[in-house]
Amino acid sequence: MDQGHFTETPFVRKKRRAETIAKCFFGGMAAAMVIPLILIVGYVIVQGAPSLSWEFLTTNPRLGGIRGGIWSALVGTIYIVTISLCVSAPIGVLSAVYLNEYARDNWFTRIVNLAVVNLAGVPSIVHGLFGLGAFVYAAGMGKSILSASLTLAIMTLPVIIASTKEALAAVPVSFREACWNVGATRWQTIRRIVLPNSISGILTGVILQVSRTAGETAPVMLTGVATFKAIESTGLLLYNPVKDQCMALSMHLYYIATQANNAASSLPYAIATVLIGVVLAVNATAIGMRAYLRSRKKW
Amino acid sequence: MMPTIATDMQATAPGSAAATRLKQRRGRVEMLGERAIEALIHLCGFSAIIFVFGIFFFVFREGAPFLAKLNLGEFLFSTEWFPTSQTHAKYGVGALIVGTLSVTGLAMVIAVPFGLGAAVFVSEFCSGKAKETLKVVIELLAAIPSVVWGFIGLTVMSPIIIRTFQVPIGVNMFNGALLLALMSVPIMVSIGEDALKAVPDSYREAAIAMGATKWQLVWRVLLPAARNGLLAAMLLGVGRAIGETMAVLMATGHSVRIPHSIFDPVRTLTATIAAELGETSKGSDHYQVLFLIGILLFTITFVVNLAADLIVKGVKMK
Amino acid sequence: MAIQPKIEVHDLRLSYGTREVIHGISFDIREHEIFGIIGPAQSGKTSLLRCINRTIEFNANARVSGTVTVDGESVRMVKNVYEFRRKIGMVAPLPVGLPLSIYDNVAFAPRCAGMTAKSDLDGLVEKCLHQAALWDEVKDRLDSLGTKLSGGQQQRLTIARALSHQPEILCLDEFSIAIDPVTTMRIEEVLKELRKEMTIILVTNLTQQARRLADRTMFLWNGEIIELDVNDIIFGNHPKDRRTYDYVMGIFG
Repeated sequence: MDQGHFTETPFVRKKRRAETIAKCFFGGMAAAMVIPLILIVGYVIVQGAPSLSWEFLTTNPRLGGIRGGIWSALVGTIYIVTISLCVSAPIGVLSAVYLNEYARDNWFTRIVNLAVVNLAGVPSIVHGLFGLGAFVYAAGMGKSILSASLTLAIMTLPVIIASTKEALAAVPVSFREACWNVGATRWQTIRRIVLPNSISGILTGVILQVSRTAGETAPVMLTGVATFKAIESTGLLLYNPVKDQCMALSMHLYYIATQANNAASSLPYAIATVLIGVVLAVNATAIGMRAYLRSRKKW
Repeated sequence: MMPTIATDMQATAPGSAAATRLKQRRGRVEMLGERAIEALIHLCGFSAIIFVFGIFFFVFREGAPFLAKLNLGEFLFSTEWFPTSQTHAKYGVGALIVGTLSVTGLAMVIAVPFGLGAAVFVSEFCSGKAKETLKVVIELLAAIPSVVWGFIGLTVMSPIIIRTFQVPIGVNMFNGALLLALMSVPIMVSIGEDALKAVPDSYREAAIAMGATKWQLVWRVLLPAARNGLLAAMLLGVGRAIGETMAVLMATGHSVRIPHSIFDPVRTLTATIAAELGETSKGSDHYQVLFLIGILLFTITFVVNLAADLIVKGVKMK
Repeated sequence: MAIQPKIEVHDLRLSYGTREVIHGISFDIREHEIFGIIGPAQSGKTSLLRCINRTIEFNANARVSGTVTVDGESVRMVKNVYEFRRKIGMVAPLPVGLPLSIYDNVAFAPRCAGMTAKSDLDGLVEKCLHQAALWDEVKDRLDSLGTKLSGGQQQRLTIARALSHQPEILCLDEFSIAIDPVTTMRIEEVLKELRKEMTIILVTNLTQQARRLADRTMFLWNGEIIELDVNDIIFGNHPKDRRTYDYVMGIFG
C-alpha cells in the first residue's frame, strides 16, 4: 500500500469483466434499435435525394400525381399545419396554464388530467372518424382544409398541454410566492413572471408539433385531403380553407406508394425524404432552442 | 437620472398618508380584462374533457343506428368479415381483433427487451455527451411519421424479409410488428428512464458497497425497484401500438384471416377503417360498422391508458 | 390602555389536511413594536405569518378557523385581498430575486398596484433601496438581473421589494438563515430604523436576535404559545415557564 495503488486481484478483474459484459449487453440493445434506424433512414434519403430540386418542390403534380413535382402537396401541408397549430397552441397553452396555476388538488382536476392523458392515447384513425362525424358532417364544413386542420388540432392538443405544463412547472414556486406576498393577483404573477420565463419552453413544445402534424395521414385522409388536386389559383390565397380540399405530403406518399400505377420508383422515396427533412429540421430547431434556453437561464 | 432624495422624502412623509399612499387604483378596464382572460383560461382548462366526450359522442353517433341490428357476440367473435357482400353481409371482427392483438403482441415481444435494455443503458451506463446524443437520436426515432414507417415496411423491409426468411409475401405480421417495435421503443425508453431515475441513488450505493456487479445491480435491485414505472412504460407502448394505423395499413397486408404463422398477412382494426371507409356511402351498414369499430378501439385504448396512468400515479406517489 | 392593537389573533387554528399545526392561539401585536416569535422548527411560525397575510389560501389543503384582525377589521372580511396583502410586507427565509432587473424587482409591486408614472417609480425605487441599505451597491447597475446578486444582496432586495408597497406591517421569517453575519447586522440596523414607520413581526430561530431587536417576544412550540412577554422576562432568569428558559438557554431546540 505504500505504492499508492491497489493490486489487481482476480476478483477485481472478474468484476471488471462482468461490468464490461453488462455494458456491452445493454449497449447492444440500444444499438440494435438505433443502428437499423440510421441505416434505413439513410437508405431512404440516398434513394430520394437525387430527385430533389427546387423545380421538384415548386411544380404542380401532373397525371393524377405520378409525374411532376409536389408543390400542391407542400402548400397543402403548410396550410394544414399552420391552421391547426393556430387553433391548438392557444387552447393548449391556456389549458396548461389552468392546470398548473389555477387548478386545485381535487377530484375534478384529476378528471381533467385523465381526460388529457386519454385524449393523447386516442388512435389517429379514430380522430379521423371524429373529424368526419363532427366537422365534416355535423358542423357542415364538408371535406375541407378547415375540417382536416381542426381534426389535427384536437390531436395535437394533449401534447401541447403536456409540454407547456412542463415549461410552466420549471419556473420555481418561490417566484410565485414572492409575487403573492406583494399583493399580485394570480394573473399578474402569470403574465409578468411565469409566462415570460417559460415562453421558450412553450415554443419548443409547439414547434415540435409541426413535424408531427405534417406527418399525420389517417386523420386527414378522411376529412379533407385529396389524392390529387393541383393548385390553379394564382392569387395570394392559393387555397380557400373553408371550401377547398388540398393535397398533403403524408397522403401523397401513401397514395403513390400503395395505389398509384406507373409512378417513378424514386418518387415515393423523394416524398419520404422531404418528410424526413421536415422532421429533422424541426427537431434540430427544437434542440437548438433548448440549448439556447439553458445558456440564457435567468436564475 | 433620479429625482433628489429630499423631494422624495417630502412627497412621502408619513403625515400626508392619504395623498401619497401608493396609487391603489388599478384601471377598471385592466381589471375587467383580467376577469375575462381568467374566464377563458378556466374554459380552456375544461376543454380536454369536452373533447374526449366529443370524440366518443360523434363517433358513436355515426355508428349508433347499427346497434339495433348488432349481435354483440357475433360482432366481436366471428371471423367472417364480408362487409361488401350484396346478399349476406357479415360483420364479424374477430379476425381483425386477432390481427391487432397478434401484431401488437409480437411487437411487444421485440420491443420490450430492447426498449428496457436501451433504457437501462441510457440511465446507468451513459453520461454526458454520449447520453445527450443517444437521447436525441431516440427522440428522432419517435418523430418519424408513421406513413414513412409504413413506406419503409412496404418497400425496404418487405424484400429483405422475403429474401431472409424465404417466405412468399413480405407484407405480413412480422413486418408490421418490427415497425411497431421501432415506433414504440422511444416511448418505452423515455418513460423507463424516468422510472429508473426515480430509484434513489442510495439503492445503487448500497448495492455497490455490498460488492454487487453492475449486472447484479440492474437485475436484482434496479429493475424490481422500478417495476411500476417500467410496467407503465410497457402499457403506454402497447397503447401506442394498438392505435397505430398507417404503418400497419401499409405493411401487414390485406388478408382478413386468423394467421397461422408470423409471416402470414393480417389486418388490424385500425387498418380496416382506414382502408374501407373511403368506399362506403354515408349511412350504410358498412359505414356504421366501421364507426363502431372506432368505438371499440377508443374503448380499448382508453382502458390501456387508464391502467398505465394509474400505475404511473402509483410510482409518483412513492 | 384602550389603544387598539395593530393585530389581534383570537383562537386561531390551522390544519393541513388532518394534521393540526396551530392549536387555538390568541395574542395581540401593538403598533410600532418589534414583536419577536421564537421556537423550534415545525412550530407553526411560518404558517402563522401566512395566516396573517392570507397567503395560506394558496395552500390547497389548509383549513383555518378563528379570527385574525388587522386595524380592527377581520382579514377575511377585507374588500380587496390584494390591496390588503400590500399592507403587509413579507420577507421569506431564502432570498428570492425575481428574474427581472433590480429596478423592476422593486417596481414590481407598485406596477401591479397601478402606479405607472416613471418619475413616481424612480423615486420609490431609490427610496426603498436606500431603506434596505442596498442603494450604494447597486445604484450603477439597476438594469442588471436581480437573480445574479449575492445571497445577502438578494435578501436586501427582498426587503426593498417588501417596502415598495409601503406596508404598515413588516413580517420577517427567519430572514438571516441564508446570509452572512455582516449583512445580518446591517439589516438589523435597518429594522431599528423602520420600526418608527411600521409594526414589525420578527420570526427567528436565533434567540439572541430576538433579544437584540424585539420589545416583546412570543415562544411558540408545536403550535401553542408557551409564553409571551416583554424581553426582560423572556430572556431573563425567571420566565414564567420553565420550557422558555430551557429553550433560550439552548438546552433544547
